[in-house]
Amino acid sequence: MEPSRDWTIPGLTIGFAIVAVSGAVFLPDWLLNQMVISFSRALAVVGLMVLWRTGLVSFGHALYFGLGAYTVALLGKEFGVSDVLITLPAAALASAAVGVGLGFIIRKYREIFFAMLSLAFSMVLYGIVVKTEALGSTDGFSVLSPTLLGMSSDDAGVTLVSLFLGLCLVGWAVAVLVHRYLKSVLGSLTTAIRDNEIRVEYLGYSVAEAIHGKYVMSAALAGLGGGFLAISLGQVDPDSMINWTVSGELVFVTILSGPGSVAAPFIGSLIFELIRTYAFEWLPYAWQLIVGATLLIIIFFLPDGVWSLITRLAAGRGDKR
Amino acid sequence: MTAILEAREINKTFGAVTAAKDINISVVEHEIVGIIGANGAGKTTFVNMVTGWLRPSTGQILFEGRDITGMAPRRITRLGICRSFQVAQVFMTMTVFDNLMIALGIAESRGLLALLPLRRGDLEARADAILQRYQIVEYRDQVSSTLPQGVRKLLDIAMAMVARPRILLLDEPTSGISVEEKFGLMDIVMGALKDEGVTVLFVEHDMEIVERYVSRVIAFYQGEIICDAAPAEALVDPKVKEFVIGGEPQGWSTHDTAGAGERADA
Amino acid sequence: METAITILIDGLVFSSYLFLVSVGLTIIFGVMKILNVAHGSLYAWGAYTSAYLIGLWSDAGLGDGGTFLMIAVAAIVVGVILGLILERGLIQFMYARDEVITVLATFATFLILEDVILLVFGVNPYFAYQPMAYLDSVEIGGIQRDVYSLTLIAVAVVVGVSLWLGLTKTKWGKLLTAVIYDRELSIAMGINVTRVFIVTFVLGAVLGALGGAYVAPTVSVAPGFGVEVIVLSFAVVVIGGMGSIPGAIIGALTVGIARAIAVHQLPEVELFVVYGVMALVLVFRPEGLFAPAKARKI
Repeated sequence: MEPSRDWTIPGLTIGFAIVAVSGAVFLPDWLLNQMVISFSRALAVVGLMVLWRTGLVSFGHALYFGLGAYTVALLGKEFGVSDVLITLPAAALASAAVGVGLGFIIRKYREIFFAMLSLAFSMVLYGIVVKTEALGSTDGFSVLSPTLLGMSSDDAGVTLVSLFLGLCLVGWAVAVLVHRYLKSVLGSLTTAIRDNEIRVEYLGYSVAEAIHGKYVMSAALAGLGGGFLAISLGQVDPDSMINWTVSGELVFVTILSGPGSVAAPFIGSLIFELIRTYAFEWLPYAWQLIVGATLLIIIFFLPDGVWSLITRLAAGRGDKR
Repeated sequence: MTAILEAREINKTFGAVTAAKDINISVVEHEIVGIIGANGAGKTTFVNMVTGWLRPSTGQILFEGRDITGMAPRRITRLGICRSFQVAQVFMTMTVFDNLMIALGIAESRGLLALLPLRRGDLEARADAILQRYQIVEYRDQVSSTLPQGVRKLLDIAMAMVARPRILLLDEPTSGISVEEKFGLMDIVMGALKDEGVTVLFVEHDMEIVERYVSRVIAFYQGEIICDAAPAEALVDPKVKEFVIGGEPQGWSTHDTAGAGERADA
Repeated sequence: METAITILIDGLVFSSYLFLVSVGLTIIFGVMKILNVAHGSLYAWGAYTSAYLIGLWSDAGLGDGGTFLMIAVAAIVVGVILGLILERGLIQFMYARDEVITVLATFATFLILEDVILLVFGVNPYFAYQPMAYLDSVEIGGIQRDVYSLTLIAVAVVVGVSLWLGLTKTKWGKLLTAVIYDRELSIAMGINVTRVFIVTFVLGAVLGALGGAYVAPTVSVAPGFGVEVIVLSFAVVVIGGMGSIPGAIIGALTVGIARAIAVHQLPEVELFVVYGVMALVLVFRPEGLFAPAKARKI
């Protein structure tokens, strides 16, 4: 039985190209805005998906999301740096660095303990930020408008489209790299660790190191996502960047998307953003209800997320031919 | 002959329980050693100490003269001591082939090489060869959780052998296997191991298996070695009869009925 | 000295509150291995119902002493009704699932119940000051304190002692202990685990609702009321060791006193002292202070 050819990378390339072109050419600004927010979140979700495949759920990735966002914001506020080629890598690096440190502790934990310890760490950062005037306390502060190699635009529309295109490029690159990673030996040590840690250890690989690596990767991606979100919102504050509800949203999108493909988080994120926006607009007192009900439906009827729906539809069409 | 594996004065206690007392074992290359003893005699504890799952309270374990006492299992595995498990430890949600691929992937890729794709031609060819050798080709694409017990055991042992260890420890290879299957399974395993020239220590309940496949028997009783001799001698040793064979009425009765059937067939 | 007394009393009051809201959570986890995020909703529902009933009682001119009865009624009604709905409608389907998935399912339920509260009680805050006014205040260590808050300590002690007696001295308590100890064996022994689970969940739900119902008079009951309490009670339960009642007591005292010290001595760290303690405890004792460490077997 030959494994069927893997179409993920060409699929990602075509998909992101179509999205990027249509975004630049005809999509309305409100939708572009939503896509920027969703794709920022999706970057973090890609990392959480890798952890999820390993059997780990973090209820505290807002820690890294927030770190990334505040890194971008602080670089602007303290040093006047607004070039995205500096601020965004810095966001990812800052989060990765903290991930390396905390990883030494967290890699010993599994299941609920992993989830809760992540939560505790993130709430410590939340507490620090809320109580620190220099970091804007609960109100946060604004982010410099982004520049690229010194270029900037006064036209908000142009800035939005540029940010969107940049995000598409980064999203594509992240998806391709993570996909290749998942197909590597190290990447196979996700499901393998979830299935049987003892066996992995006795095959000669350190489960703790494997988890640590994935944790740092997810931290860096969350930092990058947070950085993008800070730029697109033009503002950082603890409640929309670091609070546990942010972690909850990220986990929600992970479950909604499903672990099936690196493309899933981008689709899942967009669906989440649209559900939230419309629910908030039409039923302001019931949007949490809708989000909660969606989550329950996914858990009971679509345990592999919306991606499994897509593959099922594709398989169904294949059968008819 | 120099020892490939040496246990010196090993002691292990769990609270008030003594699981190993003054264990001294020296194994030379290519030996096939059977470790016998009643439940709780300290057989698995010994395997767990050699493979790094447990650290001896006192004493030393040497592999090719090098001290490996208390090393992590993965380091001991990398040095060339692998093991199988009483309850097969496989990746339950994956196919037999993928199980082997991951085992091969880990064995063949250190450091940054682990970022190479898992599915590569050379590894796939080796995985298929292993399936042949252990006669489980027909289960290649079956998910492990649905495998018959015996096949899962074979897969478990095959995965332990992927790294081409110098020493293999088998923890009750025939436990959970029906009497009809046990010799077939052991023939496959022992045939494969002989080809590799690996030194084998295996924990076994079933005296028929011990008699048939080992070159030396070490009997444990309450954490102590009560006999270390060739099988012909060990199995008639009065202490072994009293504390090991007699101490295990269940294993013995299956032996009796099974033995009768086996002989009739022959 | 005065500060020390203030810290001690504040700490005890806060600890009692924490114990009340987290003990139900830990009982449910101990018996059912379910970390119930919807516990926060039970707390909020208890608070809203209590505030509402106190208002009704008071408006009817029945005398403010009786408002205490309303608190108990709110806790029991909310706990039993919501507890049964949740267990039968959702939790019973989660027993075979992953623990983390169950957390997510109860998180979803929490979100739903949050909005149902808004739909039922509206967005305006409720004030139920009557019980507090009824009990007046006393001066301790030079500071005026309302007696109502102090009674929280008594309530926590009563709940703690009853639970302890119930678990150790009654047949039901022994059944629960058996199920906590070994679920499979209990089933094999013929214990009706389904019934044990229902009773446990309802008991936990009533305790959660009681926490909210009793706290309601001291605060304004407003939307988002249940959010903070979830994370706080998780911290308490994790610190003490999930599933352990003595653990919940120790966890509550640790967090309560630590926060009281922070509030009076080091207000900058007030917000995260709880999580800081939780992270520290988890780092050094992953199972919490009171749960026995599990051995890994091959």
